Amino acid sequence: MQKKSQKYVGKNVLRFEDERLLSGNGVYTSDLKFSSLLHLSFLRSNIAHGKIVSINKEKAEEIEGIHGVFTYENFKEVPPIKSTSRMKNYFATNQNVLCSDKIRYVGEPLAVVVAENRYIAEDAAELIEVEVKNLDPVIDTLEATKPYSEILHNEIKSNVILERNFNTGDKNFLHDKDLLSVKNIFRMTRKSPISMETRSYVCNIDKLTKILTLYSSTQVPGVIKDALSLFLKIPGNKLNVIAPDVGGGFGGKASLYPEEIITVLLCQRFNRPIKWVSDRFEDFMSTSQGFEEVMEVELFFKPTGQFIGLYGKIIGDVGSYSIYPWTAALEPMQVAGFLQGPYKIDNFNANVKCVVTNKPPTGPYRGVGRPAAVFAIERLIDMAAKKLKTDPAKLRLQNMIDKKDLPYRIGSGIVWDNAGFKECLKSALRISKYEKFRRIKNNENSNWLGIGIASYGELTGIGSKISVAPGMPLNTGTETCIIEIDSTGSISATFAIASHGQGLETTLAQIIAETLGSKPDDIKINQGNTSLIKHGTGTYASRSAAIAGSVAIKSTKKLKNQIMKIASYIFETTKKNIHINDGFIFQKDTNKKISFYDLAKAVYSDMETLPIKLRKPLVATETYDPIFGATTTATHIAIVEVNPETYKIKIKDYIVSEDCGKVINPMIVDGQVQGGVAQGIGAALYEELKYDEAGQLKTATLADYLIPTSSEVPNIKIEHIENFLPDNLGKFKGMGEGGTIGATAAIANAVSDAISHLNIEITELPISQDKLYNLINTGENQNELKFGK
Amino acid sequence: MKFYNSKNKINIKFKLNDKIIEKEVEPRLLLSDFLRYNCGQTGTHVGCEHGICGACTILFNEQPIRSCLMLAAQIRDSEILTIEGVANDSKYKDLREAFKKHHALQCGFCTPGFFITIISILNENVYYDEEDLREKLSGNICRCTGYTGIILAVSEVIKKRHSKELI
Repeated sequence: MQKKSQKYVGKNVLRFEDERLLSGNGVYTSDLKFSSLLHLSFLRSNIAHGKIVSINKEKAEEIEGIHGVFTYENFKEVPPIKSTSRMKNYFATNQNVLCSDKIRYVGEPLAVVVAENRYIAEDAAELIEVEVKNLDPVIDTLEATKPYSEILHNEIKSNVILERNFNTGDKNFLHDKDLLSVKNIFRMTRKSPISMETRSYVCNIDKLTKILTLYSSTQVPGVIKDALSLFLKIPGNKLNVIAPDVGGGFGGKASLYPEEIITVLLCQRFNRPIKWVSDRFEDFMSTSQGFEEVMEVELFFKPTGQFIGLYGKIIGDVGSYSIYPWTAALEPMQVAGFLQGPYKIDNFNANVKCVVTNKPPTGPYRGVGRPAAVFAIERLIDMAAKKLKTDPAKLRLQNMIDKKDLPYRIGSGIVWDNAGFKECLKSALRISKYEKFRRIKNNENSNWLGIGIASYGELTGIGSKISVAPGMPLNTGTETCIIEIDSTGSISATFAIASHGQGLETTLAQIIAETLGSKPDDIKINQGNTSLIKHGTGTYASRSAAIAGSVAIKSTKKLKNQIMKIASYIFETTKKNIHINDGFIFQKDTNKKISFYDLAKAVYSDMETLPIKLRKPLVATETYDPIFGATTTATHIAIVEVNPETYKIKIKDYIVSEDCGKVINPMIVDGQVQGGVAQGIGAALYEELKYDEAGQLKTATLADYLIPTSSEVPNIKIEHIENFLPDNLGKFKGMGEGGTIGATAAIANAVSDAISHLNIEITELPISQDKLYNLINTGENQNELKFGK
Repeated sequence: MKFYNSKNKINIKFKLNDKIIEKEVEPRLLLSDFLRYNCGQTGTHVGCEHGICGACTILFNEQPIRSCLMLAAQIRDSEILTIEGVANDSKYKDLREAFKKHHALQCGFCTPGFFITIISILNENVYYDEEDLREKLSGNICRCTGYTGIILAVSEVIKKRHSKELI
């Protein structure tokens, strides 16, 4: 623990990003200006499952202003997107950049038009004639696993493209005659990440050098560069990927997309800049979706309340293709991985199936697997408390992993360490005045008012030992920082991360300023540009502040050491007498000081002050790998009121007590919690991508797919608990996703508590007003589905 | 199918951020696209093109409107104000500072739309409390902040402006 008080870390430093973004001077991909720019429009499939018989593009090509119409025939040499994995029993799917033969979802790109402007491109796309032969659409998750179901990928011979069993402990406890259990089938429906900026790509080519620069609204420029180089055989020194200002991501911009590859290919072919911007309708249909899980889970416990076993069958509906680079394993495996949560349970058994259906591919969405897992386990704990006639908070405290039990390996193999599980729960109970609420609820007629708790653990800032998705052949665990002082004495630091709203230009500058002894606003943070750094991936999986923040310290310390050496030569003293503060280098107990400008001049240009061996460039490069990851935890408590006439659910209060280690910038951390909870509220109460039996998306506008507005999101009370510090350089843990992870379960538990007098349990999210009406008035539970063997 | 003949253009003259502009536009050109690509004012963002998200909100004759739901041809003789027109306006310095202080923006994509909507609220010169503001701002979607920062920022500006008037 750092004992001395810190000057910038832990302080609400105002964001350096804000000035440009508030004045309309942010530059997002679609704002970039190029002369002789050509525009793309994609023709997408309007059926979910079928075979292409023919595509006739003659009429489209006749339109004035059209530069070309392309189908798979024109991109035959491009290999299919194939997301490989070391996992056993995994079958990778082949996804061509344009559909070659078999159509697998509504929205799959079939052809692309290149035109003078987008309006003309869309005119032409409408004139392309496609003849298809329909196949039976496979839409229902459970039906897709049945032997009689139509097969999506013939070469795989099954719609289950990955299956895995987890087995820890034994089955002896099942013979215990006092054994109690609660069991239910939980369903988390499909969501869209919905960033306000839709996916956008512009590729430019340098006429002389032929260097391609893809400007992409991506979270992962490093992943995209490596993939483009691999698929298109372009050497890395002829290819840059730049993520300029990016308008949110939430996981939807963390994968490789066919449109990205096509934009680059066509730029190369036309030798001109090419632009594609998704419209909202396309974004709904073609940006990776998330969360669709069916989970049959059973929690076993003793009459004393002690948990002894957890069994789960999880079927993850991954859509039509296994997404690159994360694979289909990403979401469903994490449901099983995190199902046990922060509780001591000796016996764990889970079966996970990843099943393909005729819906768009799923990919990462804020929380990945955990919003579903936490929903299931935390609901079961409330049901267990009801069965035991005990208080749900008490039952959690009884079974929660204690400080003295850490490190603790849960049944799925994940190891929790350095996390204040109970501290967070106790803090949230205190802030929410939980006991008082319970007393009031028990004594007064306060049906329709409910309180819900959700506690969870998550792994963040994951190192190289654990892939973000199991078996994925990609190193997501390291981060490099190049910090340098140039000839003018100015400081810049370069990372491979790609901020898209997290304020990393500010927080990383805070960390460097703290470590070096300069001011945050004197430090320029470079990120989101693959030409500036040799390797890296981007910003996702709650990794950037934790890993990049730590490597920033490592590189800065190295540079600082070099500076001290030079300064001690100049001041004719030893390093321990050197002190750096506010951008000046001082000799302690004297009035001698030099600025960074003086230092740079001595190193680079005056040739007199320093001997040659001290005149090396002021650059330090270090790489950091946390190997494993840091355990972040939180408890969320929601208080809701259900209107008994309209069934409208109002969130009256919401509390988050979380432990994300050392807080770099409280204002930004609170903003992440607040925003994450807002998305969790959406997932719990409003958001659902509804597909009909034919595989048509019925919620393809923002008027049908409802995102919480300012009227639906309350102010959240947040408490930070920093007493358990992780074993990494900066003591930082990731926390960008946690808000969404805890909110689904807390709200589901609160709503169940509010209607407990009706003896109804919430088992499917979102619990929208109409679903709640049906549950209460018709007893219709959409979740009474049969789990296939 | 008959398509629009692009040679048949419409002449419009209007005021954009206090500058008089005259241009020829295609009848079907959206106002949002026109402002962004024909006038170079890319601060107006396009988030949905069906009038829900509010990212493209601009002031049209002092009224907040969705520029994705209007055609460029409809702005003849009108006054248009976009984020670029208020970016350096000292009248809204307090709002800009409050946005920074309360962390009312993260990715910044929805911000210009919110800013313009809020300006139209401030220009009403009515005291609104937090609950009123939640209602009044519910036509703009932000996916990052959970709205708290935005509501706090506007509340603070309104409170300060009204307390000044009392003195």
